[in-house]
Amino acid sequence: MKLTKTLLASTALTVASGMAFADGHMASEMTIVSWGGAYSNSQQKAYHDPYMEKSGITIINDESSPEGVAKMRAQAEAGNITWDLVDLEAADAIRVCDEGLAMEIDHDEVLAAAPDGTSASDDFGDMIVSDCFIPQIVFSTTFGYRTDQVAEGVEPPKGACDVFDLETYPGKRGLNKQPIANMEWALLCDGVAYEDVYDVLETEEGQDRAFAKLDTIKDQTIFWSSAAEAIQLLADGEVFMSSTYNGRLFSAIEEQGQPIGMAWDWQMFDLDGWVVPADLPEDRLARVMDYLYFATDTQRLADQAKFISYGPARASSAPLVSTHAELGIDMAPHMPTEPSNAENTFVNNYTWWADYRDDLDSKFQAWLTQ
Amino acid sequence: MSTLTPVSRTPVSFYVPVVALAGALAGLLIGAAQGSSLLGIVAGALLMSGCAFAITQLIEAERSSRWGLTALLAVGGLVLGGLAAALIGAVFGWVFGWFIFWLFEGRYRAYVPLYLTPGQVLWHHSFRVICGAILVFLITPILVVMPLSFNAQDFFTFTPEMLRFDPAGYSLKHYEDFFTNSDWQGALANSVKIAPAATFLSVAFGTLAAIGLSQAHVPFRRAIMAILISPMIVPLIISAAGMYFFYSRIGLQGTYTGVVLAHAALGIPFVIITVTATLVGFDNSLTRAAANMGAGPVTTFFRVQMPLILPGVISGGLFAFITSFDEVVVVLFVGSAGQKTLPWQMFTGLREQISPTILAVATILVIISVALLTVVELLRRRSERLRGMSPG
Repeated sequence: MKLTKTLLASTALTVASGMAFADGHMASEMTIVSWGGAYSNSQQKAYHDPYMEKSGITIINDESSPEGVAKMRAQAEAGNITWDLVDLEAADAIRVCDEGLAMEIDHDEVLAAAPDGTSASDDFGDMIVSDCFIPQIVFSTTFGYRTDQVAEGVEPPKGACDVFDLETYPGKRGLNKQPIANMEWALLCDGVAYEDVYDVLETEEGQDRAFAKLDTIKDQTIFWSSAAEAIQLLADGEVFMSSTYNGRLFSAIEEQGQPIGMAWDWQMFDLDGWVVPADLPEDRLARVMDYLYFATDTQRLADQAKFISYGPARASSAPLVSTHAELGIDMAPHMPTEPSNAENTFVNNYTWWADYRDDLDSKFQAWLTQ
Repeated sequence: MSTLTPVSRTPVSFYVPVVALAGALAGLLIGAAQGSSLLGIVAGALLMSGCAFAITQLIEAERSSRWGLTALLAVGGLVLGGLAAALIGAVFGWVFGWFIFWLFEGRYRAYVPLYLTPGQVLWHHSFRVICGAILVFLITPILVVMPLSFNAQDFFTFTPEMLRFDPAGYSLKHYEDFFTNSDWQGALANSVKIAPAATFLSVAFGTLAAIGLSQAHVPFRRAIMAILISPMIVPLIISAAGMYFFYSRIGLQGTYTGVVLAHAALGIPFVIITVTATLVGFDNSLTRAAANMGAGPVTTFFRVQMPLILPGVISGGLFAFITSFDEVVVVLFVGSAGQKTLPWQMFTGLREQISPTILAVATILVIISVALLTVVELLRRRSERLRGMSPG
C-alpha cells in the first residue's frame, strides 16, 4: 500500500515537471539540422559554441539532414515547422527552393561583407547556386583505400576509375547507395569525356551504359548509406577501397590513425550550406538571421577548417585557413582544392541533379535490388 | 534425476565415428574462421577420433585423460594462435573430453526411458542440441556487443590487441564518453523524464480499462478491447505517421506532452493484457463483501482490489516502461530534437558516427532490461504463491 502511494506520488511529480518543460521560450532556442559525426562537431566548435556564448541562447542539434528534404516536406504539409535552419547539399537546396519549402534570401542584406568590404554575393561568387542557399563548405566525395591491403609491387589506387579495376585491385569496395557520383564515375571510367557526362546521362542509353559499368563490380560492392558506415567498412578492412566524403577520411586517417590512403583522382566536388525553412514565425526568423550573419562571416568559415578538411565557401576565408585545432597539422594539403589533389576533378552539376534526382533515385534503387 | 536405464560401455565402432563427426563440425567452425573449411573438417575429424580412441582404449583413466585433453588442446591453441586461441582450445578440449566419455560409457542412455529405440534416443538429444543452438543464435548478437563496448578504438572492430587479451586493447573510454558527453546525457535525461510519465499514464488508464472491460455488463467489450489493443498490432510506422500529422494540428508535435501521450498509447495495451490476466483469478465476492461492510467503490478499489492485482499492474507497468524507454520510431516523428531520447540518439549515432559509445549504452540498457525482467518474474512468482493462498 505504502509502495503504491510512493510510486504514484513520484510518477505524478515527474509528469508535472515534464509538462512544465513543454512549451514557451522559443526564440531563445534554435533547432539546427545537420549531418552529425565529425561534420556536426566542426560546426559545433566553429559556429554554435561561440554563438551560444555571445547570445546566451540554446542551440539544439538535430542530425536529420540525410532525410532533410522529406522531413521539410512533411513539416510544411502538417503546417508545423519545427526546424530553424537546415544544412543541405546544393542539389537538395535547389529542390526545396523550387518547391517553396525554403525561404529566398537576399545574400547581401543578410550576410556579412568580407573584411575588405567585398559584398557577400561577390565573396561567395558562383557558390550561390540558388536564392535559398547560403553556401558553407566545398567538400568532395572521393576514395580511401587500405594501405595494408595493396599487393606488393602494385601501385596504390589513384582514384575513382581504379574502383572498376578488379584485376589490379581485387577485394570488396564500398560505394554510396545513391546514384549521385556513382553514375558520373561509371560513365567517365567507361570512356565518356568529362564535358559530355551529363549529356549522356540524360539519355536512356546513357543511363543503361552507366548501370552496365556498375554491373561489372556490383557483386564485389557493399553499398553504404551513411558516411560513417563507409569509414567503419574501411576501418574493419571489410572493403579494400570505398568512396566517402574527404573530411570523414581525414578524420579516420589523421585523428584515428587508421591505415587508410587517399585516392583523389576524379574526386567529385560538391557544395553544402544552409537553407532557412519557409514561413518561420517572426521571433524565430529574427534569431536565425542573427545566427547566420555571425556564423557565415569570413573568420567563422575559416575556423571550421580547423576541425575538418572541408574548404570554406568564401573566397576571403581561404587565406585564413591554418592548422588543425588539436593536431596542429597544416590543413592546406588535406583540402580537396589543394592543386596536387585536384589534378582531375569533377564538379557536381547541382541543377542537373535537382531535375533528375527523383527519377534516377528510383531507377538506382531498382537496379540495386535486381 | 535418477537413472532410468542401466548403462554399459559402447563399442569403438559406435563412438569413434560419432566423435569424428563432432570433430569435423568443430573443425568446420575453426577452419571457416581461418579461411579453409575443408582442411578444418578433415583435421578436426582425424584429431578428435584419434584422441577418442587413444584416451578410451590406451589410457582409460577418465579424470586424468579428460584434463589431459583439455591441457593438450590449450597448449596447441597457445602455440598456434596465442592466448585467445588457448582459451578456445581449452574449452573445446573440456567439451570433447566430456563428450567422448559420455558416449564411451553409454551415459547418454542413462536418463532416457529404457523402451526408447536408438532413433528416439538420437532425437531426444538432437532436440536439446537444436534448442540450445536456437538460444545461442538469439543471444550471440547481444553478447558480442558487450566486449566491443570496451574497445580502445573508435570503431566496431575486434582489434588484434583485444584478441590477444592485451589490456591496452581495452578501455572504459566509451563509458566515460556516455557519462560526460552532453548529447548522451541530454538524451538520458529526456528518456528518464518521458518513460516514467508515460508509464504512469499507461498504468492508470490501462488498469481502469482492464477493470471496466472485465465487468460482464459492459456493452461491446470485444470491440473496445480490440481498439485499445490496436497500437500493439498496427505497424508502428503507421501509428507514428498518423500521430505526427494529428499532433501537429493540435500543437502537441515536438513537445514533451506529445511524446508522453504517444508513448502512453503504446504502453496501455501491455497493461490491459497483464491486468486482465490477473483479474481472471480475482474473486468478485471480495468487492461485494467490502461494499456490504460500507466501503465506497473507490475505497474498495484501493483497499481490496488493487493490492490483489498489484503484481499484474506492476508487470504491465514495467512493460510499458520498457516500451517507452526503447522506442525510436514514434519519438522520431512525434518528438523534435529537444525531446531526443536514448534510442533516438543511438539511432542517429549509428547512422552518422559509428562510435562504440552506442555499444556501451546498449550494454547498460541490456543490464537494465535484464534487471527489470527479473523483477517481473519475481513478482509473477509471488503472485502465484499469493493466489494459491487466497480464496477462490
